[in-house]
Amino acid sequence: MKGFGLMAVLLNPEFSRMLVHGVKMTFIMFIGSWLLAMSLGMLLLAIRMLPSRIASGFVAIYVSYHRNVPTLVQLMLWYFGISSLLPDSVQIWLGDHNGEAVFAVIALGLCQAAYFSEDQRSGLRGVPRGQWEAARALGHSYFAAMTYILLPQAVRNAMPALVNHTVFLFKNSSLAMAIGVAELTHAVKEVENQSFRTFETYLIATLVYLICSLLLMWLGHHLEQRSRLAGAV
Amino acid sequence: MSLLPSMIEIVRDNWLLLLVGQYPNGPLGGIAATLILSILGIALAFPLSVVMALASLSPWLALRWPVMALVYITRGVPLLLIILWVYFVLPLLIGHSVPAFATMLVTLVGYEAAFLSEIVRAGIQALPTGQMDAARALGHSRLGAMRYVILPQALFNMIPSILSQFVSTIKETTLGYIINVPELTFAAGQINNRLLTKPFEVYFILAISYFIVCWTLTQAINMVERRIAAGRTAGPVAVSALPTTAASVSGA
Repeated sequence: MKGFGLMAVLLNPEFSRMLVHGVKMTFIMFIGSWLLAMSLGMLLLAIRMLPSRIASGFVAIYVSYHRNVPTLVQLMLWYFGISSLLPDSVQIWLGDHNGEAVFAVIALGLCQAAYFSEDQRSGLRGVPRGQWEAARALGHSYFAAMTYILLPQAVRNAMPALVNHTVFLFKNSSLAMAIGVAELTHAVKEVENQSFRTFETYLIATLVYLICSLLLMWLGHHLEQRSRLAGAV
Repeated sequence: MSLLPSMIEIVRDNWLLLLVGQYPNGPLGGIAATLILSILGIALAFPLSVVMALASLSPWLALRWPVMALVYITRGVPLLLIILWVYFVLPLLIGHSVPAFATMLVTLVGYEAAFLSEIVRAGIQALPTGQMDAARALGHSRLGAMRYVILPQALFNMIPSILSQFVSTIKETTLGYIINVPELTFAAGQINNRLLTKPFEVYFILAISYFIVCWTLTQAINMVERRIAAGRTAGPVAVSALPTTAASVSGA
C-alpha cells in the first residue's frame, strides 16, 4: 500500500492533463445544457400559456415524461436509441465530432427544461393577477406584458427553485460518463485505473464538484438577495 | 420501420427479465429489485433523517455542525461520485468484498437521509412557534414536546414531500447500473446486448416502464397531498372562530 500522495497525481503531467480536460468537459456540458434548458424552458412556458388545450396538453406531457423518467435512462435513450434511428451519414459525422457529448447536452438540456419551465410556472402563479390586468389596461400587448411585467416578477419568485435545479444540473453532468463523455467523473475513473491512487483521485474530484456547487449556491443566494424588492419579505 | 410490433415482441419475450431479473436462477433484478432497493433505502433513511433534523435544530454547535457539513457535502457532490466512494471505501472498512446491491443500498440510505433531514427540518420549522411554547408551558420537556407535539404534526404535513423523495429514489437507483447492480436499467442493458440491433426499442421500453411506475406514484402522492391540504383548511375553522389577538395575527 502506497502512502497518501496527492501530489503524485497532480504533478504527473498525464494525469493532470486528463483531469483538467475532464473539468473543461464538465463545464462545457453544464453551460451548454443550461443554456438549452433555460431557453427551452421559457419556450415551453410560453406555449403552455397559449389559450389552446392542445398546446398546454403537449407541454404537460413533455414535462411529465421528463420528470418521471430517470435522467440516466433519458441519456441512454438518446445516445443508444435515438442515434440509431438517424441516417448513416449523420451517425458517422457525429462519431467523428464527439457525438456522445452532443447527445449528453441534448438529453440533459431537454430534461432540465421540464424542471425550469415548471419552476417558472409556479413563479408566474405567484404574481398577483392584478399585475396582468393592469399591464393589459395600460395598453401593453400580450407579449410585452409577459416580457416586461410578468416574467421579471416570475423569475424573482422562482429564483430559489431555479438555483437549486441549476446545482442539480451541474451534478447530473456526471451521468454523461455512462455514455462515454470524457468529463470529470470519467477522467477520475481513468486516472484511478492507471495510477491506483483511488483515494487521492476521488478526493480531487469531490473537492472540485463540492467547491463548484457551493459557489453556484452562493451565487444563487447573492442573486436572490439582489433581485428581492426593498421591503418585501 | 415497424417500431410498435417489434417493441411488443421484445416485451413479450423478456417481460420476466424486466420484472424480476433472472430471479429463480440468479439474483433478483428488474422492477422488483428497483422497488425493493428504493423502499429499503427510504425506510432506513427515514429514522436517520429525523435524528439528523433534530441534531441540526439543536442548540449545541457540536451537534449542529457535523450534520450541516454532511448535508452540504451530499448536496454538492454528484450521487455517482458518492457511489464510487462507497464502492471503494466500504470493503476497506468491513474487510471483505461487498455485493453491488448492498453498496447501492448503503449509498442511497446516506444520500436520502441528508435530503430527507432537510425536509423534516423545514417541516418542524414551518409549524407555528406557539406549538412549542404551548407544549413547554404545559410542562413538557424540550424532547417531550418534540416527541408528542411537534414531530407528529410536522411529519404528517411532510408526508407528500417524503413520498416524492421516494419517487426520486426510484429514479436514482438507475445509477446502480454503473456498478452493475441487477435492477431494471441493468436488465434493459442485458436485453440490448442480446438483441444488438434494436437499441431504440429496448431503451424506449425502459423509459416507459419507469414512467408508468413513477407517474402512478406521483398521481397517488398528489391525491394524498390534496387530502392533507383539505384536512388542514378544515382545521383552522375552529381556530378562526376564536377572537383574533395581535399575537396570532403577527404569528401568521
